[in-house]
Amino acid sequence: MMRAVMGAAAAAIVFAGLAGPASAAVGEIEKQNWSFDGVFGKFDKAALQRGFQVYKEVCAGCHGLEYIAFRNLTELGLNEDQVKAIAAEYEIEDGPDDEGEMFTRPAILADILPSPFANDNAARASNNGALPPDLSLIAKARTGGPDYLHALLTGYVDAPADVKINEGMSYNPYFPGNQIAMPPPIDDDAVEYTDGTPATVDQMSLDVVHFLMWAAEPKLEIRKRMGIKVILFLLVLTALFYASKRKVWSRIDH
Amino acid sequence: MEKFMQNPIVRWVEYRLPVFAFMNHQLVDYPTPRNLNYWWNFGSLAGIALVIQIVTGIVLAFHYTPQADLAFASVEHIMRNVNYGWLLRYVHSNGASMFFIVVFIHLFRGMYYGSYKAPREILWWLGLVILLMMMATAFMGYVLPWGQMSYWGATVITNMFTAFPLVGDWLTTLLWGGFVVGNPTLNRFFSLHYLLPFMIVGVVVVHLWALHVHKSNNPLGIDMKGPQDSLPFHPYYTIKDMYGLGIFLLVFAYLVFFAPNMLGEADNYIPANPLVTPPHIVPEWYFLPFYSILRAIPDKLLGVIGMFGATMILFALPWLDTSKVRSAKFRPIFKQFFWLFVLDVLVLGWVGKNPPEGMFIIIGRVASVYYFAHFLVILPLLGKFEKTCPLPESIGTPVLGGGGEMPSGAAAAKREKS
Repeated sequence: MMRAVMGAAAAAIVFAGLAGPASAAVGEIEKQNWSFDGVFGKFDKAALQRGFQVYKEVCAGCHGLEYIAFRNLTELGLNEDQVKAIAAEYEIEDGPDDEGEMFTRPAILADILPSPFANDNAARASNNGALPPDLSLIAKARTGGPDYLHALLTGYVDAPADVKINEGMSYNPYFPGNQIAMPPPIDDDAVEYTDGTPATVDQMSLDVVHFLMWAAEPKLEIRKRMGIKVILFLLVLTALFYASKRKVWSRIDH
Repeated sequence: MEKFMQNPIVRWVEYRLPVFAFMNHQLVDYPTPRNLNYWWNFGSLAGIALVIQIVTGIVLAFHYTPQADLAFASVEHIMRNVNYGWLLRYVHSNGASMFFIVVFIHLFRGMYYGSYKAPREILWWLGLVILLMMMATAFMGYVLPWGQMSYWGATVITNMFTAFPLVGDWLTTLLWGGFVVGNPTLNRFFSLHYLLPFMIVGVVVVHLWALHVHKSNNPLGIDMKGPQDSLPFHPYYTIKDMYGLGIFLLVFAYLVFFAPNMLGEADNYIPANPLVTPPHIVPEWYFLPFYSILRAIPDKLLGVIGMFGATMILFALPWLDTSKVRSAKFRPIFKQFFWLFVLDVLVLGWVGKNPPEGMFIIIGRVASVYYFAHFLVILPLLGKFEKTCPLPESIGTPVLGGGGEMPSGAAAAKREKS
């Protein structure tokens, strides 16, 4: 019986599942001008720090960053003492100790940023049944990447009259299906930037997405810098090969 | 070379195992048609791509954990904490794409110049065996990161095997190591993903063995008749291959360093979740034409047969193409149908990328029918009715511009200008 069900499910997946989604109206995603784009792309350290502040004060209420440790935050341009101070604000459960008891202690550089919920069920229970995704890879895990995230964060509007929104859901034209469980996450001045940048919704979205791109692809700068060297090296090497090839083949008629 | 062979250590080895004479015979003096164009670079490039995959793969396996709860995190560990792990992984994942690009060009080159025709049928078959093994390896490799597309791709592809009558269920259970795609599936795919490339190396050796019996085909598709038609492999083709390698590496480096995720699916950065089906399950780009054929046929078993048939039919190509002339250069009608076929495969790929709705269904079906018609109708008939152009007398003739046969000694003297 189990097998028959699995087989039927399998067949359904192969032939119906492949049929693709019922395409819902999806908003046109606007291309943003990111400093990390392009061959010479680099992260903007100030934007990364502002973005981390937005994450910490707004997103972290529901979303974890399971692949980011405090030690990684030095890459945002913070020095070790600053990061240690940030880590010390968090309490981490550790143990068991020699008596077999679990205990809490302040976080250290080696710790992962603590998740807001103990487990997925706890997360669903506090979020109307929806599971807030971990954000470590979100900038790579959605088609459209950073541009999509920015469009989503700034794209909340009132639902058109003919669209019925379920209890506890919000309307967002950029979200597949247009109904999203996350309420509009940021309002103007949700955070207070220490560098005096005005905290508009657009600015905070740009900053937090900048930070999330770093979280998803922390080696981006190293990669691009190495890429330029490798390409330059290969151009010279290939030119030398080409010249040698011409030289060798000039010995014969061809 | 002669001085090298005088060296007492070399002579000691050579007397016991004539490895230097062998290398000289197969790689240095090896007679190669003098008129090979750049399309002949892709064989050696495929070999290099295979080596790159094996080397990066072995190092990745130092750090990867083939366990369903840990695999995704171990890939992120490679990307974030392993020294140059990101580089290894991006080289390996994009290397698979580069390998397929190179092998597809190699295969189409063989089709254009009739390299599959007598006496090279077995050489052709071995190439196809390599292609099939590559596909199996690439598919299983794509499962290893255990993202959403890994998991659901594995589910869709392995489910195809249930379509086979009688043995279908048994075969699928064997592939899964259970009754669903799960940890046992991941374990065996990892094991086989590690094993298959070495088996590919074995088939490559036999492929080269078969190649070196009758030597390379060439753009004219006529046989080498004597030393005036050939060049020693080294230095002429070693240096030409190196130049091609430079271009290959430039394209490869661009992908790895500036667009490492361009050919991947965003969904594979979401950990596998058996409870959530992605709206759009798409295989890697190199499977798309075959995937299109699968979806074009509205019956599960026939669809699977169509998809496997699309590769299997290539084994019969040497007999389906009834023309005695190898190269498309001298086959004016075939040449046009060849490019139409290339276009057809590209259309199939494009359809495979899109959801099977509306016009994509119709285009997909027409293109699938045409795919088979090319082999089963067009090629057999062309061989009978096409009027081919006259073949040149020898490879040396059009190259050297001289008419008629020259005594080989005189010809050699004319060619060696140095």
